[in-house]
Amino acid sequence: MPNLTSKTPSHDPSGMIRRWRRLQDKLIHRFFQLNGLLSILILLGIFFLLFADGFPAVKHLGFQAFLTMIWNPTSFVKATYGLGAMIISTMMVTLGAMVLAVPIGLACAAYLAEVAPSWIREILKPVIEILAGIPSVVLGFLGIVVIGPAIATIFHLPNGLNAINGSILLAVMSLPTIISISEDAISSVPRTYKEASLALGATHWQTLIKVVVPSALSGIIASIMLGMGRAIGETMTVLMATGNALKTPHSIFDSVRPMTSTIAIELGEVPFGSDHYHGLFVVGFILFVMTFIVNLIADMVLAKYQEVER
Amino acid sequence: MKKWFISTLTMLALFFSFQTTSVLSATLIQVKGSDTEVNLVQRMAENFMKTHQGTSIAVTGGGSGVGIAAIINKTTDLANSSRPMKDGETAQAKANGVNPIGVVFAVDGLSVIIHAKNKINSLTMDQIGQIYRGELTNWKQVGGADFPITLYGRQPNSGTFVFFREAVVRGDYSNKMNQMNGNAQILEAVKKDAGGVGYVGIGYVVDDYGKIDPGIRVLEVAKDSRSKPYSALKLENIISGNYPLTRPLYQYFDGNQRAKVEAFIKYELGPEGMAMVKKEGFYPLTDQWKKYNAQFNF
Repeated sequence: MPNLTSKTPSHDPSGMIRRWRRLQDKLIHRFFQLNGLLSILILLGIFFLLFADGFPAVKHLGFQAFLTMIWNPTSFVKATYGLGAMIISTMMVTLGAMVLAVPIGLACAAYLAEVAPSWIREILKPVIEILAGIPSVVLGFLGIVVIGPAIATIFHLPNGLNAINGSILLAVMSLPTIISISEDAISSVPRTYKEASLALGATHWQTLIKVVVPSALSGIIASIMLGMGRAIGETMTVLMATGNALKTPHSIFDSVRPMTSTIAIELGEVPFGSDHYHGLFVVGFILFVMTFIVNLIADMVLAKYQEVER
Repeated sequence: MKKWFISTLTMLALFFSFQTTSVLSATLIQVKGSDTEVNLVQRMAENFMKTHQGTSIAVTGGGSGVGIAAIINKTTDLANSSRPMKDGETAQAKANGVNPIGVVFAVDGLSVIIHAKNKINSLTMDQIGQIYRGELTNWKQVGGADFPITLYGRQPNSGTFVFFREAVVRGDYSNKMNQMNGNAQILEAVKKDAGGVGYVGIGYVVDDYGKIDPGIRVLEVAKDSRSKPYSALKLENIISGNYPLTRPLYQYFDGNQRAKVEAFIKYELGPEGMAMVKKEGFYPLTDQWKKYNAQFNF
């Protein structure tokens, strides 16, 4: 638009329009900057909210109260605030889910990226994306009526409401994340890497395992961590499928009550401002710290790996 | 011409004012709380709305504790509760400017259920208490087959959890008890677990035609080892109070907002409401509870 620029000075002797435009540019710049900072502000806000609301409980009950095993603030006899059983439950269900989801997810991603003919890929990819859209309540229901009874029959248990049930459902929930991000990572490995490997006489399998997957490792790790983040924070599915018993679980066939379930069950009716209320924020704070650590480790692994690659 | 214009204007004004008043008078009643009561109240609300245009009622569950917390915080108009409000909760409500009034609109025979294949017919209150405290862990200890007991109960936000703990367990529930998310989930779990035991509102064990779910057995309960066990399935045991787990089902409202909910509560307590109570498997009000409601002019 050369016309416009040549015209502008004649209509804008004092430079008003030009200054207005510069201001506009600046405002838009600031607006985008603010949006960028917003996520940091929200994160810090949540951190401080959890800390501020959890602190009174720690102050009043002492930190040792939270270091015991059993959480039962509404006890008939004596309220206890132990986080131990809950943390073990959360880790058990999450790690179980990863043990199931990572091999399946990676195999599926490698198949999609390297092996599958294009028509199969075109069917599978949208199907996997649909899997991600299943509401967690629906999965929880499946856990109660299908997977629970199946586990009970296979392992000769009285019932199937236990950690392994939750793990299976969370594995299903985290699979789409793991598959699609890993598949992207594997697909974006440069063709030259593969060609070089094949030219040196490696088989297709050797190339995939020794060259392609290691090159895509950063993306694969990111996908696993994101899947894990989803599993740790998931509430409804585990609430419905794992039985929610308070005791410390000893095996994957025990009923468990993860941290998310505890918050979801109890926050709705807890008397505002009580020890129980603030105690639930302590649970939330610990959960937040746990997910934060998972992400931090993921970032560190990624950074280290990228250094090696360079 | 001017006259015509003015009359049209008045007509329009009248028309719109009529419209706005009718919009304003459309009341929305929020009902929240007990999972035991949610299906029954939902049914009552649907039928009430059919005959009362301009009132809409939204019924949600969440547990009695959730309903009571909501009435205290003024976020619901009616709180369903299967337990009476605790003194602390009433004080909290008063401090918030809420004057909670609880009417009883149905009677429940809280039922202790086991798997259909379990041959046990009756237990005493004491035995049930021992089972739920985790002191008895095998059915053979109460005269059944050699099979481990699996406990199913509700979550702390449930009024049934609190009622059962106070009436039967009188201590802490065993840590091994599975905390289920509602009556229906307990029923489903016990149906699938040969060693399972659970407690649910009577409305959940019988269908619309009064037939008991074939997957479960409803235990008769005795007050103590010397007295006779009674079934929750017979009306006379509820009226006489011989069934030890007979309990009223409450609905709380703010006495300062009585006008908003009065018509609906009267409908629930009237003949149509009581017919639906029976149809859902619960028991209609006995004289004792009618008298109780009368003190609040219901």
